Amino acid sequence: MDYSHFIYLKEELSLIAVIVILFLYDIFGSRKSLNYFQPVACLLVGIHVLLTCCPARATLAIFGDAAIIDQAPGTASAYPLYSGMYNLYPLGSIIKSILATGTLLIFLQARGWLEEKQTVIRRGEFYLITLFTLLGMYFMIAAGNFLLFYLGLELASIPVATLVAFDKFRHRSAEAGAKYILTAIFASGLSLYGISLIYGTTGTLYFADIPAAVTGAPLQVMAFVFFFAGLAFKLSLVPFHQWTPDVYEGAPTSVTAYLSVISKGAAAFALMAILCKVFGNLVEQWQAILFWTTIATITVANLFALRQQNLKRFFAYSSISQAGYIMLGVISGSALGMTSLVYYILVYMFSNLAAFGVITIIERRSGKETIDDYNGLYSTNPRLSVVMMIALFSLAGIPPFAGFFSKFFVFAAAVEQGYYWLVFIALINTVIALYYYLRVVKAMFINKNETAIAGFRSDGYTRLGLIACSAGILLLGVLSIVHGEIHHYSTGW
Amino acid sequence: MNFLSLFVLVPVLMMGGLFLSKNLKQIRLVVATGASLLLALAVGLVFAYLGERAAGNAAEMLFTAKCLWYAPLNIYYSVGVDGISVAMLLLSAIIVFTGVLASWKMEFLEKEFFLWFCLLSTGVFGFFISLDLFTMFMYYEIALIPMYLLIGVWGSGRKEYSAMKLTLMLMAGSALLLLGILGIYFLSGESSMNILEIARGHIPGQAQHWLFPLVFVGFGVLGALFPFHTWSPDGHASAPTAVSMLHAGVLMKLGGYGCFRVAIFLMPEAANDLAWIFIILTGISVVYGAYSAIVQTDLKYINAYSSVSHCGLVLFAILMLNQTAMNGAILQMLSHGLMTALFFALIGMIYGRTHTRDIREMGGLMKVMPFLGVCYVIAGLASLGLPGLSGFVAEMTIFVGSFIHEDVFHRVFTIIACTSIVITAVYILRVVGKILHGKIADHHLSLQDANWYERASTIVLILAIAGIGLAPLWLSDMISDSLLPIIQNAKL
Repeated sequence: MDYSHFIYLKEELSLIAVIVILFLYDIFGSRKSLNYFQPVACLLVGIHVLLTCCPARATLAIFGDAAIIDQAPGTASAYPLYSGMYNLYPLGSIIKSILATGTLLIFLQARGWLEEKQTVIRRGEFYLITLFTLLGMYFMIAAGNFLLFYLGLELASIPVATLVAFDKFRHRSAEAGAKYILTAIFASGLSLYGISLIYGTTGTLYFADIPAAVTGAPLQVMAFVFFFAGLAFKLSLVPFHQWTPDVYEGAPTSVTAYLSVISKGAAAFALMAILCKVFGNLVEQWQAILFWTTIATITVANLFALRQQNLKRFFAYSSISQAGYIMLGVISGSALGMTSLVYYILVYMFSNLAAFGVITIIERRSGKETIDDYNGLYSTNPRLSVVMMIALFSLAGIPPFAGFFSKFFVFAAAVEQGYYWLVFIALINTVIALYYYLRVVKAMFINKNETAIAGFRSDGYTRLGLIACSAGILLLGVLSIVHGEIHHYSTGW
Repeated sequence: MNFLSLFVLVPVLMMGGLFLSKNLKQIRLVVATGASLLLALAVGLVFAYLGERAAGNAAEMLFTAKCLWYAPLNIYYSVGVDGISVAMLLLSAIIVFTGVLASWKMEFLEKEFFLWFCLLSTGVFGFFISLDLFTMFMYYEIALIPMYLLIGVWGSGRKEYSAMKLTLMLMAGSALLLLGILGIYFLSGESSMNILEIARGHIPGQAQHWLFPLVFVGFGVLGALFPFHTWSPDGHASAPTAVSMLHAGVLMKLGGYGCFRVAIFLMPEAANDLAWIFIILTGISVVYGAYSAIVQTDLKYINAYSSVSHCGLVLFAILMLNQTAMNGAILQMLSHGLMTALFFALIGMIYGRTHTRDIREMGGLMKVMPFLGVCYVIAGLASLGLPGLSGFVAEMTIFVGSFIHEDVFHRVFTIIACTSIVITAVYILRVVGKILHGKIADHHLSLQDANWYERASTIVLILAIAGIGLAPLWLSDMISDSLLPIIQNAKL
């Protein structure tokens, strides 16, 4: 075994280091020193983010192989490690850094909630479990073999159930945990069945070897369908979305944010990577499947979102429909599609986390979480309302916010491949989506309310998180450099 | 940096200034300075443009500059103006300036109001200077979304319903537009978002035939094209004064300008083949809008339907695809922009005094507010096309231009559209008679006439209207020179 390969695993290794340090600290730290647990955890994750966030070119120059750096734009392909078990590729590093940033933002938002009396003794677990699931996602993204992929998938799903049930004394949280674990296990069972069919028909689990053996035989199509269904549960694509609203509503808000952004982003990227590397020969079949799934996802979720009162359920449906837009990037399959997918996830992360940051802090200070409760919020909490409004406009795709650019690019990627009808339906849906996003804006800015949520000052961590999210929303679109950097490494297939 | 970008930069800086300002005085200072600066810029631009043309610069667009923005889709931030955009920029600057004056006495959340107002102007100015389809579309949407809050928060009447209806309809239009733009980009084979470069190439005929309706309807929604105009009366009626002015005066022109600059310019073949459908629709707009205005009793609804009729005429003239009619269309955009802004400003001032917009409850206002009354009559006369005012020049050119076509279809529709002039006279004179003359209600006797900022804003608008009416030649020369390349492109 070539131990020199470990140096390429900088994301995973640094994350494991963070986990180990926090684990020891949580166990052996004195009661007094544990008061600093959260700042230390955020700091360590911050360092990890900095390490992964270095522009891909720079980190490759330090850690990587010259052969990868020198490749012309658009041709940077995977670099197999451990005889193909693990794939090193720049776009994977980029998506990992996006996920790590999102996790850090969620930690900043979750601090207040973890300080509460019920949860303070378990705050260590929250950080550790979350970071473990993040590690699982890293493996999902970098996997070059279905076994490693499955390991990552499990590591990224099962601990999440404990996070969902974290407020175990709240009935809904426990219920949501049970719902989540059952669907997650069912979904991973489906995926596993698909994987076993792939192994049965091709005789290998290495991504690199499978395409040669994929002939489009019915059993292989079936394998793909099962595998896809498993991942679709995680992405909550229609018709595999039924668990989403209940779990999102019941879970602690920070966990909901984690589920809706990080978990979803990782699954979308992994799905694309596998479609690209493994099922390239089945392109006609999966494009047809994705076509109808995308239409159903966007439309059904939008229609359900129209009637929601609870904001967390509302964002559950909104995030289902956003997943549909992410699928537009997957289905096009070009380099442009890959870029727009990663960029969409990045922008979606900032927008959704900004919204969830506001929901978290308001829920904690006032216990309110329906749209009507937000009536007149602008008169009492102008800053939070403005952040929420920017986030909603960005999700709806209104310029000059970043969401406009990300939506434009996924549409452009799909149109490039000739999916005019698909884009047309998606565009009609943006109008429906605008209606329900505006409902919240209307509640905050237009509706009058005698008993509006009282004004309060949010804590520094939350403010830092919200400022970072707002900056992301405002700047990502205008500064094209981020998009350019992503595009530099996206290949298509 | 190209000085055209200042048109976008100034409103953005105004927003920054507003954000920092602490009291009403500072807010007013910021917006007044910014609006005057924009007006000065626009006037300066007109002279600079005419100077360049006089010096023999025959390029299609002047003062161009471009800078790469998103390389993967060849998106540039590229600006440039021809005579038509110069005219539009001047119009926008005048309306923004007078709009600021008209909302001098904002009483509620002034800072937020002007922030959104500046965002709206950013979109408007950016749209007119853009040469790139992407940035054009982006500015177009930037101009649309502030309307929701401007109407929803500061509006009156059924403001929430109107704001939502307006936003959703316009956004649905822009959804069509987005598909059209992407279609143009990928089907033109030019791999360019630049309007001039696409026009130099050729979009395949079959593609043109489905892209043209998308783009034309997409922009047409904002230009109050017949079945898609229903947002307009409600929206205008509910909006606060300055917003009505800006919306009817400038924003609806975005629709006309876009139809013309993107739909007709880039897809001339389809325009030739499909014009008849849209001529029928716009013909309906023109007549139907005018008839609807007759039966309304709310001043704002009357003017909103009148806008539907006049903006319909703009699209109608554009579709005639000849230089005279198009020239008329641009003049009509200017003329309608100015006079409808004047109308809405006056209606806002009258409403601020009488607290009603129902014409049945008013009468004899000429006795207590002669200044406003006279201005209203002038606006009315401009609207019904009295020679010497802008409306006459524009409508005359349009009808002459559209009658040039020798076939029965065009002539019949020209005659139908012409009848709108008569109907316009009916509803204008009806309103003037009802609210300005006759018996005055007792509780209206103590009303005051206009104060300085109201006078300033109306006088600026009236001067502009009379200016176009009395000396239209320089303007129409400037426009028709710029129309030439578009006409040549359309003839192929």
